[in-house]
Amino acid sequence: MFWDEAIETIKPGDLKVLQEKRLRETVNRCSHVGFYQKLFREAGISPSDIQNLEDLQKIPFTQKSDLREGYPFGFMAVPLRDIVRIHTTSGTTGKPTVVGYTAGDLNSWSDLIARNLTMIGLTKNDVFQNMVNMGMFTGGLGFHYGSEKAGITTLPAGTGNTKRQIEMIHDFGVTAIHCTPSYGLHLAEAASEMNMDISSLKKGIFGAEPWSEKTRIELQEKLGVEAFDSYGMSELYGPGVAFECPEHNGLHIWHDSYLVEIIDPNTGENLGPGERGELVVTPLVKEAMPLLRYRTGDITMIMDDECPCGRGPKLARFTGRSDDMLVIRGINVFPSQIEHVLLEIPEVGNHYMVYVDRINHMDEMTIEVEVSRENFHGELADLKRVQNNVMKALRDVLELRTTIQLVEPGSLPRFEGKAKRVIDRRGAE
Amino acid sequence: MSCEHYMIRQISLFSENKPGRLAAMAKACQEEKVNILAFSIAEAEGFGVIRALVDKPDVAYKKLTELGFNVAFTHVIAVEMRDEPGGLYDIASKLSEAGINIEYSYAFSGKSKAILILRVDQVEEAIRLLISNAFTLIASDSIQ
Repeated sequence: MFWDEAIETIKPGDLKVLQEKRLRETVNRCSHVGFYQKLFREAGISPSDIQNLEDLQKIPFTQKSDLREGYPFGFMAVPLRDIVRIHTTSGTTGKPTVVGYTAGDLNSWSDLIARNLTMIGLTKNDVFQNMVNMGMFTGGLGFHYGSEKAGITTLPAGTGNTKRQIEMIHDFGVTAIHCTPSYGLHLAEAASEMNMDISSLKKGIFGAEPWSEKTRIELQEKLGVEAFDSYGMSELYGPGVAFECPEHNGLHIWHDSYLVEIIDPNTGENLGPGERGELVVTPLVKEAMPLLRYRTGDITMIMDDECPCGRGPKLARFTGRSDDMLVIRGINVFPSQIEHVLLEIPEVGNHYMVYVDRINHMDEMTIEVEVSRENFHGELADLKRVQNNVMKALRDVLELRTTIQLVEPGSLPRFEGKAKRVIDRRGAE
Repeated sequence: MSCEHYMIRQISLFSENKPGRLAAMAKACQEEKVNILAFSIAEAEGFGVIRALVDKPDVAYKKLTELGFNVAFTHVIAVEMRDEPGGLYDIASKLSEAGINIEYSYAFSGKSKAILILRVDQVEEAIRLLISNAFTLIASDSIQ
């Protein structure tokens, strides 16, 4: 099923014409952004030098760290009065990345979500329970408005209260859900413990963290759903950038709205179809916050085979990050955020180790920190307070519950050169 | 009367809760010929504090710090206690009546008498109170 068949199955020649027109418009919008004025000046190019897709190579990349320096509104190409919504995403040193949307952006975004939901077969006859954070996180409202646009009965369920979530699925005859894969598995177990029938479920959309084919089998068996992978990031609107079709062999990215490149993350050179590298995206319809050659940090490749569904080239399922970002229960965590928090707490050193495990299908993060020699007064109660303070400070910054282990000073590894402070043990699944 | 006289320096060690930490501390004391008069371990989530009264606290402090331990001194008081039913009550009730809080405590029972080691929130008040009530406090210079 198609939401917008003409654009979803557009011929390569027509697509190129459309992409080039939209690229020129995007470059034009970027010329209102101080960062891009400077970037163009330093690269010795002017907006009129960018006419076709080949010219894209003249433009330097934009990084997530650039966005951070633009905090809060440095990347907006329109005045605040034309921005109708703001979302934020976690940044690397405590400052979030701010993303703005014009009314036109919200319309384009919800349209992309409607395409995705229609592609996987959802219609007006479906009841869709959206079980992700409905606040500043783009996953909640992004799906909400797209689902409503597609005419689907939509439940903005948000996170938490698993018992109530299961009751709603049962009582309202919910047919489709959206959540993180780890929460999906947690939900299945809780439903079985409660002895609740959730067999009304037919389709599950799982995103915000990478998941394996093994997890797909588990999700499908335990929840009785057909599982679909969803990819997106706030900088590119949010979810809905790329999505699995019923073929379950790669994710369709919407080429009329996102110009795709795959690069070698070390050299920055373009890679061809079938070669794995970092996804670089130039969004083509973003108005409030246009971006050029944005490095997503996510590793994938363009698949060369055509999809029987008739839509354009797909991206292979994502297999990790090119930087040290972690995705814990759907939330982005940068080890530097942890370091930043520890620096503010004199009772602990700024050496740390992070361990990530998947326990009962939930991501759990354990952080080891050293008790500082200078601030130890011999009292157990003081240490417990320190442990608690670190936990709270991290919760405030990361919006995540963590387990804090106090260890003896000098016992954590010291690194020369690039530190390996994160041990992700989830791959063992 | 000088309260200082009755303030005993307890050594407190931060320790991860894992095999070998107590042995490492005990070995260090043996090597330095430091005698441990009393000790206890308090535990929390994943870590603990080893508390000990030793005859040579400065020697122990230096050695344990050199070994990488996190060590601190804490002032405690040690009071003789009747080694029979009601002995602990005598002391605890006096402190309670005076509104002095016991943060933690440990005890040992010797040949003729028992000793109660107390960490209280008001050290000097506790010392004066117990002496005025005819309890016998252990002077720090008698053991250290």
